[in-house]
Amino acid sequence: MLSKAVSAPSCETAESLAKPKTRRSALRYLMGGSLAAVWMSFVYPLIRYLIPPAEAAATANEALAGAMGELKPNSAKTFRFGNHPALLIHRPDGQYQSMSAVCTHLGCTVQYQPETQQIWCPCHNGRYDLNGRNLQGPPPRPLTTFDIKVRGEEIHVSRRQDA
Amino acid sequence: MAGPAMVRQWIDERVDLRGMFAPLMDKTVPRHRYSHWYLLGGVTLFLFGVQVCTGLLLLLYYRPSTSEAYESLQYLTNRVEFGWLVRSVHSWSANLMIFMAFAHMFSVAFLRAYRKPRELTWMSGMVLLLLCLGFGFSGYLLPWNTLSFFATKVGTEVAGRVPVIGHPTLVFMRGGEDIGAATLARFFSLHVVILPALTVGMILLHLLLVQKFGMSVPPSVEKEGPRFGNKVKFFPNYFLRDVMTWSVALAALLILAVVHPAELGKKADPFGPAPAGIKPEWYFLAQFQTLRLLPATILHIDGELIGVLGFGLAGALWLVLPLLEGRLGRKSGHWARVAVLAGLVYLASTTLYAYFTT
Repeated sequence: MLSKAVSAPSCETAESLAKPKTRRSALRYLMGGSLAAVWMSFVYPLIRYLIPPAEAAATANEALAGAMGELKPNSAKTFRFGNHPALLIHRPDGQYQSMSAVCTHLGCTVQYQPETQQIWCPCHNGRYDLNGRNLQGPPPRPLTTFDIKVRGEEIHVSRRQDA
Repeated sequence: MAGPAMVRQWIDERVDLRGMFAPLMDKTVPRHRYSHWYLLGGVTLFLFGVQVCTGLLLLLYYRPSTSEAYESLQYLTNRVEFGWLVRSVHSWSANLMIFMAFAHMFSVAFLRAYRKPRELTWMSGMVLLLLCLGFGFSGYLLPWNTLSFFATKVGTEVAGRVPVIGHPTLVFMRGGEDIGAATLARFFSLHVVILPALTVGMILLHLLLVQKFGMSVPPSVEKEGPRFGNKVKFFPNYFLRDVMTWSVALAALLILAVVHPAELGKKADPFGPAPAGIKPEWYFLAQFQTLRLLPATILHIDGELIGVLGFGLAGALWLVLPLLEGRLGRKSGHWARVAVLAGLVYLASTTLYAYFTT
């Protein structure tokens, strides 16, 4: 009895409200749409603002690594190549070798260990050989190696043409 | 009537102080064999207060730029009277706060205080813990020394390894491709404005929820049924215990700060090698050790990617622990405790392993 009494008027109400309801929902869409548009007009510039402008990529193809006679055999130094550190190694056999000093694991700066004659990353214990090949630990890829040119007393390194 | 009483009456007549503080005056805290664990949240909050006070003091001397940050802290440490102490207290209090937040979290987890209706309290607490770690990570860079430079480098690189959103996140965090002046500016504003604002809001929500639901009684104690004298008034009885615990924490903090003052290290050199024996702060050691132990590739996927996704998944599961427990049926409590214990053992063992090995 009670359910009938309740359900009957509710049907009637729904019918009588059918027309205004579409008008209301249209207004809701308009209102919601314009609010969303206003919101987007705030959010879009905000997001663009938070992302820093792309800097000109480090296009340095060559850098001065050091001077002849500066390094004893079986020693190394880090130098700046573009925006990143690089390594110049004077190998025990007298040859020079240069490569990126950015560990391929998580970007720490690697160093040369004369006692093991390996390149070592102290952050997560990664090891590379003198040619930059990853030997041990987490590094997934070899270090990028550079070409070496000696001009007079200066040692210059450059990106490999084939790289 | 004496002065202060008159002032109090004057205010009371206008804003009804008694009515405002009534919920706090009527609040009770359950008393049982585990109730001392309730103190940990309060200690964490107290240490956050210490951080705000000492942080404000440090702001008087710190200069957030790559050319001045390190030098300003050298000046603070060597020239400003008690400068070393303020910085040392800030550094030690940060460590203790994170330790207490972890201890609080594990005590809640073991006592299963996150059960219905307190799921949101647990989740807001997890957000607070993440904010604490954010404070630790962003504050660590501010001295601009070698350790902080490489910690930030690795930390942001880890974020950069997340598929799809990783690289944009890295650029957003660093303010560019590399760590430099832009990174320091971002971390500084994050550390002193954005995170404090978010944290204060989240603490208010957390406390509101704690106040609304009251303290949870562990299921094992609940089973024993009600007994006489099993609750105490929060004010003043329990509050005095809180204050006593805070005093012990403050004493411990001052001893640590004086006996082992925070070191400043060497100024960061973006083109120099990472120093040997470099390690992050202890609360990131578990992740650090996991990344160190993972092989370069697992089933042709980069090891660190698996590590990063693993941490993300574990964190997400931990966040929804209260929701998962409800779905495990009758043995849910048992499995939840096993999961919590496994989490604790993993974190503790990898942290100790990293701490005692080079």
